[in-house]
Amino acid sequence: MVHIVDRRLNGKNKSVVNRQKFIRRYKTQIKKAVADAISNRDRSISDIDKGGKISIPRKDTDEPVFHHGQGGVNNTIHPGNKKFIPGDVIERPNSDENKGSQASNDGEGLDDFSFELSKEEFLNFFFDDLALPNLVKTKLASVEEFTIAHAGFSNVGIPPNINIVRSVKGALGRRIALKNPLRKRVKILQSQLEQLEQSEVPDLKLINDLELAIKKLKIRIHAIPFIDDFDMRYNNFTKLPRPVTQAVMFCIMDVSGSMDRVRKDMAKRFFMLLYLFLTHNYKKIEVVFISHHTTAKEVDEEEFFYSQETGGTVVSTALELTKEIIHKRFPTADWNIYVAQASDGDDWDIDPQKCRDILVKDIMPYVQYYAYIEVASDLPQSLWTEYSKIEVLFDNFVMQKIKEVGEIYPVFHELFKKQSIE
Amino acid sequence: MNKKSSKKPYIGNRFPETNEWTFELINDYHHEIKRIADEFGLDTYPVVLEIINSEQMMDAYSAAGMPLRYSHWSYGKQFLHTQQSYKRGQMGLAYEIVINSNPCIAYLMEENSMTMQALVIAHAAYGHNSFFKNNYLFETWTSADSIIDYLLFSKNYINECEGRYGEETVELFLDSCHCLMNYGVDRYKRPASITLEEEKIRQKEREDYLQSQVNEIWKTLPKKEDSDEKKKKKRFPEEPQENILYFIEKNAPLLQPWQREIIRIVRKTAQYFYPQRQTQVMNEGWACFWHYTILNTMYDEGLVSDRFIMEFLHSHTNVVLQPDYDSKWYSGINPYALGFAMMMDIRRICEKPTEEDRHWFPDIVNTDWIKTLNFAAQNFKDESFIAQYLSPELIRKFKFFSILDDDKKKTFEVTAIHNDKGYQTIRQTLSKHYDLSFYEPNIQVYEVNHTGDRSLTLRHYQCDRKPLDNSVDEVMKHVKRLWGFPVRIETQDEKGKVSLLHALRDDE
Repeated sequence: MVHIVDRRLNGKNKSVVNRQKFIRRYKTQIKKAVADAISNRDRSISDIDKGGKISIPRKDTDEPVFHHGQGGVNNTIHPGNKKFIPGDVIERPNSDENKGSQASNDGEGLDDFSFELSKEEFLNFFFDDLALPNLVKTKLASVEEFTIAHAGFSNVGIPPNINIVRSVKGALGRRIALKNPLRKRVKILQSQLEQLEQSEVPDLKLINDLELAIKKLKIRIHAIPFIDDFDMRYNNFTKLPRPVTQAVMFCIMDVSGSMDRVRKDMAKRFFMLLYLFLTHNYKKIEVVFISHHTTAKEVDEEEFFYSQETGGTVVSTALELTKEIIHKRFPTADWNIYVAQASDGDDWDIDPQKCRDILVKDIMPYVQYYAYIEVASDLPQSLWTEYSKIEVLFDNFVMQKIKEVGEIYPVFHELFKKQSIE
Repeated sequence: MNKKSSKKPYIGNRFPETNEWTFELINDYHHEIKRIADEFGLDTYPVVLEIINSEQMMDAYSAAGMPLRYSHWSYGKQFLHTQQSYKRGQMGLAYEIVINSNPCIAYLMEENSMTMQALVIAHAAYGHNSFFKNNYLFETWTSADSIIDYLLFSKNYINECEGRYGEETVELFLDSCHCLMNYGVDRYKRPASITLEEEKIRQKEREDYLQSQVNEIWKTLPKKEDSDEKKKKKRFPEEPQENILYFIEKNAPLLQPWQREIIRIVRKTAQYFYPQRQTQVMNEGWACFWHYTILNTMYDEGLVSDRFIMEFLHSHTNVVLQPDYDSKWYSGINPYALGFAMMMDIRRICEKPTEEDRHWFPDIVNTDWIKTLNFAAQNFKDESFIAQYLSPELIRKFKFFSILDDDKKKTFEVTAIHNDKGYQTIRQTLSKHYDLSFYEPNIQVYEVNHTGDRSLTLRHYQCDRKPLDNSVDEVMKHVKRLWGFPVRIETQDEKGKVSLLHALRDDE
């Protein structure tokens, strides 16, 4: 009888420690690769919370050892001779050609070492880039969220959870229930006693017995505790999954000529972060992309990030469109509305005032949060000045100037803070 | 499937025609395989079969097949690499992994069909197993009884070091040790095997002893009486040392006791794997020979069906396939193919020798093939095995030819082919292929300047004018990290001319 061990159920993930060590060691390279992946065309905003394939330069991961270089005398044996006889001379293959064929051997080329990052790992690197505070990181990375809710009462619990009213009520009922029969008997005995005392020849012995019985009953009544262990009632709590509802996220971006690749990339991260926040609070999320220059239109994600337009900028057209879409498709009773707007702050003449009016009257009353980033401009632009006035009016309106991705987070600061208090 | 647990369930009775394995079937197949192996006189360690899934197989891959190993990022890299290529379908996983331990542990993958499981049992649990137990290299250099204990000890020790001195410190130190792993192999006889408990006590003793030694060696106070002797200037070490890691472990002045112990662990592990690197052709050839022989015997006895033997032969042929040099699948000589062919050839020479064989192998023609084959498996390594047993018949079969690549000439030259004149040359050249010192540059500790800047000098002894690769600069950084003082590497050509390759000063 041979010893057969079924190992399939144990010892899985033996390599986890080694994997973590690897990832920690190549943090810098992986971070760069993650950043590239985010800017990548194939990666949509709603893909942000998936893992992904990452490639880092192979030469960085090499472990050097002593070995022979090219040159010297090499005498080698090969199988499958078909045509050679001793003394045959073969042209030396061009060393460049040699290299070329080597590189194509592997599907990816030998220069890259690629592997899969899990969702958590991917997000971690994404967060690092955005300089998110730790609390927020854990909140976003955690899969489920709960709220604590009352769930009736229980007769076990800890002292801080005692429900006094319930406990005392219970005790009262118990006292009444236990005392009443005894009291009734005391009453009966007492009336007998009175009759006896009023009779002409009091039977002293009987009176004595009755008095003793009454006394005993009174002691029993007295012994009933005011409050007892099993009267105690405690407030009971239970963890409920956070109620899931639906949200819509508007991404508004200026696509005029002045928004270049780098700025759009930054804006993409800004939208991604908001999206990520929403995924953890809402079950269903719709994303509406609105791009504008002098006119605004609703577009798909591909066009949103990668089409290049020219011309001037009229921001109010985008806000008008947003307003329209909200009214038509997203009744506020059913939808939580979030708006994220990115622009370089440039706007046409008196348009900023118009923007302010639309925002104050037709948009702000309906949205949960409005975040605006102005990408890479030094001097306050006209739009910024007008928006500053709105910021004073509404708590849920936040704006920020951004030069690098690390500065995006403060825009959402309020949003995340609110969540943590809840 | 009517008789389940009787002792010889399927003798004269065919195994059921099923492709799915069950624990009972594995047990029954193993029973038959063991019986046949015993009849052929295979001497093995007891067998443990472990069923694992593909992920565990990848785990095992990244730990070089060992059931446990200390953790290091490079194993993580290996794992990710394997996982990625497996997922993309670029490679299949090996059917088996077998561990040179007592009892011998063989892994069976759950995806394998019953035929494959039988193949693996015969190949690994009996083929490799008996090779591990009897080959002189394994006998001298590895201790199958204590290897698992030692691995556990080293895993725990390194874990403890990480806790005490910081993960990064330990990791960087291990990196440096790994660089020199191939230069940590000892040719001396191994010490007697010891248990985990003893290992711990000895480690403590070693630690204290070594530390006291180091302080002695580097005592720098000059003594007046010594001034005469100083002029003679004794060289240290007196002879060049080939085991660089051993030399550093014993002599590097600034290392902490735990660092010396880690060097020792890396060195010991390298030594455990050394015989495997020297006997690849033989080991695989031997295992293939036995799975082929055992499973064919089962077929001859009528135990297994035609379908079984066809599936087996299909896998077997894939394993021992040797593509020609001009095939797009060609990536050097397949050790399985060469080893298997040579083992089969030795049996042929013993049983049905030709005139040529009588001339080339007068000692083994018409001898008992089992004895001859056992002798070969026990007493050789790849290099000497090929030099001894590669027959002209095989050279013709493989159509071997030899190519000379001299960087001073503009063209390659064909120096020998499979004809009378070429047999000896091909045999010798091929044998040299498997000499590790031919592949690995010969680098030794040459000198320590123990009266001056304490610098360590390594010397590379050239062979066939082959230079060292550029990686030498990187490796020397690691050597310096281990040694702690300036390090230099020189190269000596075959005429004895020495030139400096790379040097790192104190501040570099």
